[in-house]
Amino acid sequence: MARATSPRRKALTTLAAWSVALVIFFPVLWMILTSFKTEPSAVAMPPQLFTADWTLENYAEVWQRSDYPRFFWNSVVLSLGSTLLGLAVAIPAAWAMAFVPGKRTKDLLMWMLSTKMMPAVAVMIPLYLVFLKLKLIDTHIGLVLALMLMNLPIIVWMLYTYFKEIPSEILEAARMDGAGVFKEIAYVLTPMALPGIASTLLLNVILAWNEAFWTIILTTTKAAPLSAFIASFSAPQGLFYAKLSAASTMAIAPILILGWFSQKQLVRGLTFGAVK
Amino acid sequence: MSTQSSRLAARVMVAPSVVLLFIWMAVPLAMTLYYSFRLYRLISPDRTGWVGFTNYLWFVNSPEFWLAMGNTLALVGGVLAITVTLGILIALLIDQPVKGQGVLRILVIAPFFVMPPVAASILENLFMHPQNGLFAAVSMSFGAQPILFLQDYPMSSVIAIVSWEWLPFATLILLTALQSLSSEQIEAAEMDGASALNRFRYIILPHMMRAITVVILIQTIFLLGIFGEIFTTTQGGPGSASTTLPYMIFKQAIAAKDIGRAAAGGIIAVILANIVAYFLMRGIGRHLDA
Repeated sequence: MARATSPRRKALTTLAAWSVALVIFFPVLWMILTSFKTEPSAVAMPPQLFTADWTLENYAEVWQRSDYPRFFWNSVVLSLGSTLLGLAVAIPAAWAMAFVPGKRTKDLLMWMLSTKMMPAVAVMIPLYLVFLKLKLIDTHIGLVLALMLMNLPIIVWMLYTYFKEIPSEILEAARMDGAGVFKEIAYVLTPMALPGIASTLLLNVILAWNEAFWTIILTTTKAAPLSAFIASFSAPQGLFYAKLSAASTMAIAPILILGWFSQKQLVRGLTFGAVK
Repeated sequence: MSTQSSRLAARVMVAPSVVLLFIWMAVPLAMTLYYSFRLYRLISPDRTGWVGFTNYLWFVNSPEFWLAMGNTLALVGGVLAITVTLGILIALLIDQPVKGQGVLRILVIAPFFVMPPVAASILENLFMHPQNGLFAAVSMSFGAQPILFLQDYPMSSVIAIVSWEWLPFATLILLTALQSLSSEQIEAAEMDGASALNRFRYIILPHMMRAITVVILIQTIFLLGIFGEIFTTTQGGPGSASTTLPYMIFKQAIAAKDIGRAAAGGIIAVILANIVAYFLMRGIGRHLDA
């Protein structure tokens, strides 16, 4: 809404908006600042925004004491793997729902979303036992499957709303030219819906990256991602504020940077295509 | 375009998603249902057998159960109320012509990228801690006693933490909706002498209803299962003061090692989630018109 406003009003609203934004962002900022302080400075009273004795020591120590690269790599594998697999399963399903809708399509979408309403804790033990039996505990493939299934309803839903915006005549034309269903999806639909698919990919990578229940329950060491890294770190380190802050910053930095760079696609993804 | 062959193709295409999700849902659910009628304690694994509804009765008759139900509702309702109200206000503010809107959005969206265990431990230790937290320092600088957040206001503290995590989501969606509102409509109302409050009430709010609907639907799905934030901060305490239904189930399974009772609690939670889902889908699904 571009409307003419007086300079004074603009200055006031700018001031108010920036204050609110800084309050919301402040915990993240404070965490990053604390991660560069020495332990005594981190708990100094009164608290200091900046300290003279800033240090990289905390990062060095966290890096040394835990296998950060492995946790990081596991996070990448799990979040990207589960999202790509989810897209592979969901794109055909969303195609069918968007272009060959039946009477039950809407019920099916609702049912898929409702599976997400089941509290994870409620089925924790059976699922753990199933994973134990199938020898999937602490394996990449097991966690990729779990995260993929967890986010599948959201992936299908988002793709469905994007696909619906594509005129079906174009797909029909491809079919007239003799393209089979797979070719139609792979060479016509997917390239056209690429922005929507990218948004879906981004949002689900973030959701998978930040998932902190199944990743902690179903892993021990080999496949444990950064959420497990931080969970193991905060328990005994609760009172070492600077090191806790450094480890926390290391856990969220990759996704924070990715999210900021891809903000536009992400905002579109976040609205699930339901708000324009 | 729905010919016979494309109908068949559509079925084949949908099948993997449906089958996978069905297995993912049905197998653990069936097992939970089975355990909920069994005596199954990890402390005495040899003693097993059918116990009818004993586990359910224990759960429903436990005084903690009603407390946990209340806490669960308080958490979902509280976070929804806070994030939607603040989200609308902040969206209205950011939508004004302000300098540096792009950077503003980046700052506001940041909490969404912070994983729950980090959000909880940072807010708990760096802010709410009674000795070293920033809030304690603020209280003391005014000569007041530090507030014992997790001790005296455990449920409100958890609601505050979760609200901080979800505020960016609500704000962004509401902002997107707001930006699609045509300025002519607002200007026309302005010229007709409609007050700011009336413009909000009769033009802006109706326009945002669909976005508010999306926020409520998506957030409820995630809020019903909130667990990590409580585990990291209050552990459901003090006593049971911040125990929600998911956390009560967790305590039965892990601390008490009573799988039967935890399973009964799980089934109760699933039934409740379905009731909520039913009303949400009926009330909201209509508006969504995906």
